[in-house]
Amino acid sequence: MVEYRIDRRSGVATYLQIVQQTKQALRMGLLEPGDRLPTAREVVEATAINPNTVLKAYRELEREGLVEARRGLGTFVRATLGTTAPADSPLRGELAAWARRARAAGLDREDVTALFTDVLAQHFEGDGEQ
Amino acid sequence: MTAHTEGIALEADLLGKKYGGRRGGWALRECDFALPTGRICALVGPNGAGKSTLLALAAGLTRPTEGTLARPARDDLAYVAQSKPLHPRLTVADTLRMGRELNPGRWDGAAALRVVEGGGFSSDTLVHHLSGGQRTRVALALALGKRAGLLLLDEPMADLDPLARHQLMGLLMADAAERGTTVVMSSHILTELEGSCDHLLLLAGGRIRLAGTVDDLLAAHALLRGPVGDLAPHTVVDSRTTGRQLTALVRREGPVEGPWETTEPSLEELLLAHLRTPEGAPA
Repeated sequence: MVEYRIDRRSGVATYLQIVQQTKQALRMGLLEPGDRLPTAREVVEATAINPNTVLKAYRELEREGLVEARRGLGTFVRATLGTTAPADSPLRGELAAWARRARAAGLDREDVTALFTDVLAQHFEGDGEQ
Repeated sequence: MTAHTEGIALEADLLGKKYGGRRGGWALRECDFALPTGRICALVGPNGAGKSTLLALAAGLTRPTEGTLARPARDDLAYVAQSKPLHPRLTVADTLRMGRELNPGRWDGAAALRVVEGGGFSSDTLVHHLSGGQRTRVALALALGKRAGLLLLDEPMADLDPLARHQLMGLLMADAAERGTTVVMSSHILTELEGSCDHLLLLAGGRIRLAGTVDDLLAAHALLRGPVGDLAPHTVVDSRTTGRQLTALVRREGPVEGPWETTEPSLEELLLAHLRTPEGAPA
């Protein structure tokens, strides 16, 4: 089960924070097909956000085919996301090695973020999440 | 999930309220709005804007001077006044028992207990001995125990510490999620409502300045930053110039074109802009 953390000052719409955190949990393998997402009641009782915001997030996840609502039972995970998941995957290892080299070369965090964002934009043009 | 009245929970049509007496005047004037069922509505505005008057009218405690306000039957609404009136000589347990006896057949004792729990007082405490925040808990417990379709809460969070505020707001939202309750709550502290409310009524000087769903209202406005210039056809709500730089919040007419950097305002920016302008743009 995931627990959502809502940051009201992040500037990211609340429903999008739920969508993104769910996807992150799917990518990291914290959520797997068959797992139940918390009910709207559970989420709003813990976070004090508006129930319709949770429903909007779940509808978006459903629209993307990641979860399905089963009437009277709850919302369940249908699919996993990406192939990057585990902490020991080769891709992650390569990226970590790259980050070490970048740092050794004198790049700071902002330089690295800028570089990474630029490369991402180049290779994933047009299929952003937002 | 019980749908109490399908559609509209509260609807004002040219609603006005004038108080009598020598210093009497219009507390509310020409208010038109419709609040759909199941919404969590923030009723905001400066002190003296007419928030409490509107809630008292909705609760049926006072009658409109002009216009109409369609609202649910008395036993399908719960009203918590700003002063949180309770019997000082009753214990908390007696107060909740009274709630049960006044609401035969619909009282939800478990829901009421959930609100009282965590208040740091035992149920045999006299109401008289409770702190302001603890009285708020008991008043909210009575309102939630009643299982009404419409909750009218006047400054419900004012006396609460941040932790209690978060917990009670969570309980309110959980109740809304489970039963589709419509909630109207007033406040002049916006941050305690942002995130919880999906509908907004902004009152100023007894008139409605903004009414609608938060998403629609935000999308209808834009925050512009850039060189000073003509902002037509958009309606300027609030603008500031610093040297050659202009910052303006506009109610947009179609997409914004021009040299400005455009963002969607936050709810707080939207409200502050409307409150800063005495007359402002009509909603």
